[in-house]
Amino acid sequence: MKRRDFFKSAAIVGIASFFKTNAFGSVLSGKDIAVHSEPDLVAVMGGEPEVMLLRALKEFGGIKNFVKKGQKVVIKPNIGWDRKPELAANTNPELVGALVRLCKSAGASEVIVFDHTCHDWQKSYANSGIEKAVTAAGGKMVPANDESYYRDVELPRGVNLKKAKIHHALLECDVWFNVPVLKHHGGAKNTISMKNLMGIVWDRSFFHSHDLHQCIADAATFHKKPALNIVDAYRIMKSNGPQGKSESDVVKLKSLLVSPDYVAVDTAAMKLFSQVQPTDLKDVRYIALAEKNKVGTQNLEKLNVKRIKL
Amino acid sequence: MKYLKNIRIALSVLFFLPIFIFFIDFTGKLPLQLHKLLSIQWIPAILSINLVVIGILFVLSLLFGRIYCSTICPLGILQDVLTWKSRFFRKKRKKIRYEYTPAKNILRYSILALTLVVFIAGSSFLVILLDPYSTFGRIASQLFRPLAIWGNNFLAYVFSAMGNYTFYKVEQVSFVPLAFGIALTFFLLVTWLSWLKGRTYCNTICPVGTSLGLLSKISFFHISMEKSTCTRCGACEKQCKSQCIDSKTMQIDDSRCVSCFNCLSACKKNSISYKFRYKNQPVQVTEPKINNSRRTFLLTSGAVFASVALANTNKILGQNDSILSRKPIMPPGAKSLERFNEHCTGCQLCVTKCPMQVLKPATLQYGITGITQPHLSFSTHVFCTYDCNICSNVCPTGALQPLSMEEKKLTQLGIASFRKHKCVVYTDEKDCGACSEHCPTQAVHMIPYKNGLTIPEVTEDLCIGCGACESICPARPHKAIYVEGTTQQRKARKPSEAKKFDKKIDDFGF
Repeated sequence: MKRRDFFKSAAIVGIASFFKTNAFGSVLSGKDIAVHSEPDLVAVMGGEPEVMLLRALKEFGGIKNFVKKGQKVVIKPNIGWDRKPELAANTNPELVGALVRLCKSAGASEVIVFDHTCHDWQKSYANSGIEKAVTAAGGKMVPANDESYYRDVELPRGVNLKKAKIHHALLECDVWFNVPVLKHHGGAKNTISMKNLMGIVWDRSFFHSHDLHQCIADAATFHKKPALNIVDAYRIMKSNGPQGKSESDVVKLKSLLVSPDYVAVDTAAMKLFSQVQPTDLKDVRYIALAEKNKVGTQNLEKLNVKRIKL
Repeated sequence: MKYLKNIRIALSVLFFLPIFIFFIDFTGKLPLQLHKLLSIQWIPAILSINLVVIGILFVLSLLFGRIYCSTICPLGILQDVLTWKSRFFRKKRKKIRYEYTPAKNILRYSILALTLVVFIAGSSFLVILLDPYSTFGRIASQLFRPLAIWGNNFLAYVFSAMGNYTFYKVEQVSFVPLAFGIALTFFLLVTWLSWLKGRTYCNTICPVGTSLGLLSKISFFHISMEKSTCTRCGACEKQCKSQCIDSKTMQIDDSRCVSCFNCLSACKKNSISYKFRYKNQPVQVTEPKINNSRRTFLLTSGAVFASVALANTNKILGQNDSILSRKPIMPPGAKSLERFNEHCTGCQLCVTKCPMQVLKPATLQYGITGITQPHLSFSTHVFCTYDCNICSNVCPTGALQPLSMEEKKLTQLGIASFRKHKCVVYTDEKDCGACSEHCPTQAVHMIPYKNGLTIPEVTEDLCIGCGACESICPARPHKAIYVEGTTQQRKARKPSEAKKFDKKIDDFGF
């Protein structure tokens, strides 16, 4: 590149970034002009992670409906454990990588990925395969291992959890995606989209000592909702969750559930899960409690659900 | 013969820098293989009975004198660096001018004898305290490492405020007052002595230095003075950081010479040289005229009794269970408490390499004689990582025996003990399960309790005592589940796998 060209392009980029696209974005925001046939929940089965993601997003009008040019995007997968992808303890790295690529192609200025891990964060980021997938797709892994990365947020609709410290990247972004993996869970019975929110807060021990289920339901009242909950059920962990012991705990369902509604997507995921490991939906108490918090609905009949088999 | 000094400096830098950086490195990015440099140290080699290294060090010392002290020992080189840097604090930035001082024989031989006797009596107390390599390790890990982490965290703060995450915040070294105090005391002592009196520490306090002095008295090569050409100008004496050259009588005390070769370049008459000792007729070693043996004996034996008594206080303390809330938890590979306490010199290498920082220097957990030896101390999110065996593989003294990953995963560091009456499922009748969630072997698992609730249960022979459960238990002030240490690390039962699910699902279920 010639010096002159460099200065030219630098100047153009500079001017472009000065006019932040948010202003235009909010006017043209997908939500306002959305056609009513848009589904409430899309379930896809039988494909590879990226294929299923593209197919599901197509039903929602494509990624451009959610990510506008120049926006800052956060993706919050489950990266809680120092486990390899085959053990399904973390979100599928291919799915996360594909989503980062899509956001970049939609013009996102920055795609940030983090999780407040349970195991050593660097090992979890690396061995989950997510760090590699994200950086290869042009995204940025951000640490979440220290309280200094978190800011106080009020949760006025919370019953037990009335305030929480939430990662600043999530508070500062324009749009975010919640990308959990479907797993059995020793404490909360199951972990899906709402349980994944424990990875955006700092003080998790408060959850455990103040009725875990109620606190999970309270966390879901956080005002900044994800654009979509994208539940990875390509591989699910049917037993010994949330860490799993071996690949015997893993079942390949090759499925993906997508919905902006926490409660609906968790309900659907539990019904999918129960075919493998029968679980009483009532025992996963946070789902009903979240519905009571007016976070979403368990009544899938009333929703526009699209079921797609590839 | 100036080149000898340059070789000595080059070698010492080659040994010192990697060791120093290895102790400071908080990113875990340096290759762990660097720990092999540490097995070339005298005390670690002796404790791990590494005959090859002992042989090499012995032959080197017998050939060239105390080159261990001037090129390999990190504490020795640290003193050289301090002496070198001390010029910045002196008037007109002058170098120190040393003067000959007689050897402090009573003191040095007493300390050596004491260390030996106490060690043979079965306590590593003085070895831990006085081993120069371990002293260096404590200084590096307790004093220099925290500074480096502060620096990093400051950069992380500045950079992350600008959206750059090249630097990330690192957990500061946990402050253990006793370990810090010991490190600081020795650092101040060494700094003070090296600034004023060169290698006095190595020649009076260090038992390794004193023992090597016995060898360097008869080493094949030594510094010698050519009396016929010497003008007694004293230039060599001023350069001698061991203060062992007496230019007036033209005598050199070989037992204190650390083979630094500074004197060689000082002499303008070339009267001083590094020579083969036994070519000419052997030089007569002049014995001190005063017979100190009686004095030395009395002093030594008195001190020995005192230390043995001190060393045994841990047994007295240990018997009283109410003082210690529980047995200490040893790092993986320690095997048995007795063996571990005897072999560990508290050099802090495993502590600095532990990615979870669950290893901390002990205060009195192992009794007085085990001060600064590592033990596991759990706190929120701080427990022994399942897929990690670093500590057992870097230990230079053999106190921790190397474990393969498979062995480590089955090594019982302790056993989890569950106290139902403190558990939130029992007290609040609400789901929790944080302990089971974090248990890597599912030794801690949830069983039905009441009203659809589940409560933890421990299968002891599956438990490896990693402390994940204790670290995450939300019950306060007393945890409902904690790890009880063990004196003998046993093998845990291999966790059984779940039943495979092989039916085909091709419906969504909703």
